[in-house]
Amino acid sequence: MAKGVWIVAEQRYGAYRKISFELVSAARKLADQLGEEVGAILLGSGIEGIAGELGKYGADKVYVADNALFEPYTTDAHAAAIAKLVKEQNPSILLLGASAQGKDLSSRLVGKLATGMATDCVDLKIADGKLISIRPMYAGKCNGEIVVSAFPQMASLRPNVFPAVEKPKTAEVVKFDPGLDPGQLKTKVLEVQKDTSGKVDLTEANVIVSGGRGMKGPEGYGILEELADVLGATVGASRAAVDAGWRPQKDQVGQTGKVVSPNLYIACGISGAIQHLAGMGSSKYIVAINKDPDAPIFARADYGIVDDLFKVVPELTKEVKKLLA
Amino acid sequence: MNIVACVKQVPDTEAAIKVKPDGSGIEEAGIKWVMNPYDEFGVEEALKLKEKFGGDVTIVSVGPARALETIRTALAMGADKGIHINDPALEGADAYNIAAALAAAIKGIPHDIIFCGQRAIDDDAGQVGSVLAEFLGIPQVTFVTKLDVEGASIKVIRPIEGAQLLIQSSLPCVVTAQKGLNEPRYASLPGIMKAKKKPVDVKDAAGLGVTVAPKAKIAKTLPPPARPPGKIICGEEPAEKARELAKLLREEAKVI
Ligand SMILES: Cc1cc2nc3c(=O)[nH]c(=O)nc-3n(C[C@H](O)[C@H](O)[C@H](O)COP(=O)(O)OP(=O)(O)OC[C@H]3O[C@@H](n4cnc5c(N)ncnc54)[C@H](O)[C@@H]3O)c2cc1C
Ligand SMILES: Nc1ncnc2c1ncn2[C@@H]1O[C@H](COP(=O)(O)O)[C@@H](O)[C@H]1O
Repeated sequence: MAKGVWIVAEQRYGAYRKISFELVSAARKLADQLGEEVGAILLGSGIEGIAGELGKYGADKVYVADNALFEPYTTDAHAAAIAKLVKEQNPSILLLGASAQGKDLSSRLVGKLATGMATDCVDLKIADGKLISIRPMYAGKCNGEIVVSAFPQMASLRPNVFPAVEKPKTAEVVKFDPGLDPGQLKTKVLEVQKDTSGKVDLTEANVIVSGGRGMKGPEGYGILEELADVLGATVGASRAAVDAGWRPQKDQVGQTGKVVSPNLYIACGISGAIQHLAGMGSSKYIVAINKDPDAPIFARADYGIVDDLFKVVPELTKEVKKLLA
Repeated sequence: MNIVACVKQVPDTEAAIKVKPDGSGIEEAGIKWVMNPYDEFGVEEALKLKEKFGGDVTIVSVGPARALETIRTALAMGADKGIHINDPALEGADAYNIAAALAAAIKGIPHDIIFCGQRAIDDDAGQVGSVLAEFLGIPQVTFVTKLDVEGASIKVIRPIEGAQLLIQSSLPCVVTAQKGLNEPRYASLPGIMKAKKKPVDVKDAAGLGVTVAPKAKIAKTLPPPARPPGKIICGEEPAEKARELAKLLREEAKVI
């Protein structure tokens, strides 16, 4: 019988991505309800040394395969190795991050493991021993409760939604043979072009300061950058701003951009079109600064200021600076 | 070069979505149906490759009778022919079963590159492209924002958190399209006229040799969770409002 709540950890060049800890914590909670163990899969090159760290968040066992072919990530290598191990060990639940890597990998695993998955979940619960995954659908216009009838029951978790909670255990580290055949690998990463901004990616940011058409032009973003610097935030944009060429595509939040889930999302000069809300509706706190009191963004905001953003934002930067001093 | 583009018909992004009172799904009445926006990028890229290298573009869609309109839209943009998989058993089916049907149809035709959207904006699942690639036993490159063909392989750009990857893949390959890949064209009037005469094959699961066996289901559909009502911050001057906001973020929300 399928048993165990498993996660696929995510690391780059030996450093964990935050989502790994969020996954272990979410798995620990489910495993405690089921009375089962938490297993984690860690793939990479030269990563054996970090395997035990997952115990801090409650992993009982960490399955590690160390191989140069795992870095940088390719779908081929990772999906093959994980599918092999999962088929042997037969966990009941398998969780991945809904990150760039996790989305690519998890969906391939759905095929390899002939199962089902709930994508980009914001909540998980157990009922009658089965996993129920809760996720926004139709751009957040409704929620679905997904039940997977095959094993493993898969779910990918939206980054920044599930808290990483320390629950120290001594995790048993188990090495496994990924059975990799280099001939099977059909894709290759030729180049990693790093973003030099030094900013946390929008999907992982705790605070986002976002600007829309109300910024009037690319130079308008200067005041948002200043506020972002004080808050340790990342700057985002609406599609209107991206399509106007004011900001790069990677900054777009929304239905055809990124789905983000920060603790704080500050929308400046953004009207709050449904497609924008689709990308940021699950933020914990939403602030809207807009001169139009009827802008739909106010219906979603926890705090709103009706005023000219060019006057409010610099003042806000000053006030935050004072508070944090 | 023979190219396949998978397209799904979805509610228009502006559509109001009403959950049925018993939670069994959404009300379909009054919804305007359109091509999934990410699939438009796939169709556009397919047409560009055809213009450059020649060959055929085939559109494949799984959906009820109305999905034919979306296939016709892609044909009007310039695709050559369509395959419409229409079977009640596949209505609202999970990614595994949709991909099984698509794979069965695609196996029967030449294919060098298969485009899917990175996700469909109704179920927002983002699974079908990769599962399809698995069924076909070929590689996938997902969330692609740039694509170049080089001999028997492609080079693509895939953005990830904090970086862009340049990835090479052998062909055939499944490519899932992300915004930024191109600007989809509109169907021209002559295009729309021509599309009416282009061939569309209609198939069902049995005809494709596929048995539908559900793996996942939406047990319940619920309205989105209510958010507590927001506060509009009052004050005379922008500076006063800014001060109050900073204070609330610090003391009430505790997020700064
Ligand atoms: C298929 C599809 C997909 C889409 N995907 C996305 C997506 O992913 N992300 C996205 O954002 N949009 C998306 N859109 C577009 C969306 O419908 C809106 O057009 C867009 O979000 C509007 O951007 P905006 O709020 O910046 O601009 P607007 O709607 O023009 O709003 C600008 C706001 O700025 C305010 N303003 C102006 N000047 C000031 C000032 N000085 N001070 C304060 N406030 C000011 C105005 O009152 C107004 O509310 C999509 C649309 C479609 C059809
Ligand atoms: N019913 C369908 N018919 C054709 N293609 C589909 C269908 N469902 C999904 N796809 C393709 O797979 C992509 C991802 O869909 P999904 O996994 O449902 O988010 C879509 O953008 C389409 O290209």
